[in-house]
Amino acid sequence: MVKVYVPCDSTALSLGANKTADAIIAEAKKRGLEIELIRNGSRGLFWLEPMVEVTTSQGRVAYAPVLPKDVPSLFDADFLTGGAHPLNLGLTEELAWLKKQQRLTFARVGITDPISLEDYLAHDGYQGLQNALKLSGAEIVKTVTDSGLRGRGGAAFPTGIKWNTVLGCEATQKYIVCNADEGDSGTYSDRMIMEDDPYVLIEGMTIAGIAVGATQGYIYLRSEYPHALKALNTAIARAEQAGYLGDNICGSGKAFHLEVRRAAGAYVCGEETSLLESLEGKRGLVRFKPPLPAIEGLFGKPTVVNNVISLASVPIILDKGAQYYADYGMGRSRGTLPIQLAGNLKQTGLVELAFGATLRTLLYDFGGGSATGRPIRAVQVGGPLGAFLPESQFDTPLDYEEFTKIWAVLGHGGIVAFDDTVDMAKMARYAFEFCAIESCGKCTPCRIGSTRGVEVIDKIVANKGSPEHSKTIQLARDLSDTMLNGSLCALGGMTPYPVLSALNHFGEDFGIMK
Amino acid sequence: MTIALTPQEHAKIEAHIQAHKNKAGALLPLLHAIQDDISYVPEAAYLPISKALALSVAEVHGVVTFYHHFRTHPAGKHILQVCRAESCQAMGSEKLEAHIKATLGIDYHQTTADGAITLEPVYCLGNCACSPAVMMDDEVYGRMNAEKVAALVKEARCA
Repeated sequence: MVKVYVPCDSTALSLGANKTADAIIAEAKKRGLEIELIRNGSRGLFWLEPMVEVTTSQGRVAYAPVLPKDVPSLFDADFLTGGAHPLNLGLTEELAWLKKQQRLTFARVGITDPISLEDYLAHDGYQGLQNALKLSGAEIVKTVTDSGLRGRGGAAFPTGIKWNTVLGCEATQKYIVCNADEGDSGTYSDRMIMEDDPYVLIEGMTIAGIAVGATQGYIYLRSEYPHALKALNTAIARAEQAGYLGDNICGSGKAFHLEVRRAAGAYVCGEETSLLESLEGKRGLVRFKPPLPAIEGLFGKPTVVNNVISLASVPIILDKGAQYYADYGMGRSRGTLPIQLAGNLKQTGLVELAFGATLRTLLYDFGGGSATGRPIRAVQVGGPLGAFLPESQFDTPLDYEEFTKIWAVLGHGGIVAFDDTVDMAKMARYAFEFCAIESCGKCTPCRIGSTRGVEVIDKIVANKGSPEHSKTIQLARDLSDTMLNGSLCALGGMTPYPVLSALNHFGEDFGIMK
Repeated sequence: MTIALTPQEHAKIEAHIQAHKNKAGALLPLLHAIQDDISYVPEAAYLPISKALALSVAEVHGVVTFYHHFRTHPAGKHILQVCRAESCQAMGSEKLEAHIKATLGIDYHQTTADGAITLEPVYCLGNCACSPAVMMDDEVYGRMNAEKVAALVKEARCA
């Protein structure tokens, strides 16, 4: 029977993929044709969703974007055998956008039915876990350390070193916590993993649990992701049933249990200690460090807290070996980074590449320039706490250290483009406003500084051309300095990144004469 | 002002408390269960929750009010969340926000007079590849404009 694929990823759904799927089923029925309709994850070419694929003898052929009105003509063109049609893009695997990528963490995404365990197993799923079960905890940790994997949530701390600390702790209970509170604007790679390949996250957490001796895991999932919640819960139940989770994983005698916990819309809970407070049922107030969560984390026990992408990269490392992963990348940034193209770009979507590609490659070769056709003026990389980059910095390679050199951050790999209609003073004001809304309130620089920051930006704009203007600019810089150096966590401590980068690179929007 | 609860609401809240009280870190899952069921977390629930979880009423109040997701007043039949984050701003969400507020005749955290729509801001829906985005109940919608939102609102009102 012909297999027809229509994605169930929420971005595809946001463009009407369900209606497209319904129309295909109805049209096939009307014509007396038998098809098997599979809801796959998204290939990540979001500007072309809903993308329909059909299995042919040559491979999967893509048609996109397919709306219900296109469906009858697709059947007329015999799309079930890969027939010619204006929406026919050819073989999916041959699409330049995909071919230029190095998909390791996202190897299966878009190809499989996300919640089918059989599909997962048929596409190298659980190979990493099988290898891990033959190793000691210390050997697993060494493999992860040798791979060079660093925290993909944004802090880029070496994952293996964190695991090693937890491994070395004596405790009655240890925990693996997955930070799935992906709140950065312009990022959606965590969401895609959880919706489009949930088993890879479950496998990564299971390996982490076996490595450090933790028997309980929690996925702290943002409440804005209902589809991810459903996919994870279904996948967890099926993994339990098949013996990949529970008291005796694959007959090894080792235990690992996993539960999804819903966050409640607080951005600051993406900060690891605030997240732990929230999991414990408290206000998400940031904790002082030390003690590190690896030593005293959830309920006071040693806890690994890792981002979704970090954990989802573990299975391929254990499957193919540390060196295989480390062979990708540049400098101290090893492996690949799933980059998310967002905002004002023509071709938005998920691009997984080895570290080292330039921002310009991403914006123009993959992104195709701005969606509005106007020049790209500013790009924010790394979420609401990331710096704004001007055109002169577009040749910076995507590498943690290279970004640090230009006082910017890679963060979680989100890239948001703005065209030349953007008002950067407004963006700086928004950065302070966002910080004020989301501040947990524990430290003064963040709690008070953010509100004063909004007022200072308003004053700068109001004082344009007056003798007070330069003094007000200095005030904004002093305030940023206080927040940068005096805040307890990255929320207050990094809000100055968007603010000062806007001020430094786009001073004309603040009334600064060149 | 505390909103008085019906006996049915009392019973529902009590059932959720019983189902969750023995979990580790039970408070957030419990608050979610209550809000999913009756659309908000009533102040009248604080006392029974605090007793079951050995917390003070102040602690329960503190948690409910810390998180943007939890409401302390009943919501309309449908929740419309409008993304205010940077990616959506890059694609004109500010104008869209203003338009939605004007046509619904309400501001954020308010409900239309017919009780159909509660309007809420949200900071990223993870749909940044198709900005601007909104969410109606549990469904995300991408590449939104004034007409598309109007159609969504109309559909919600008829449903």
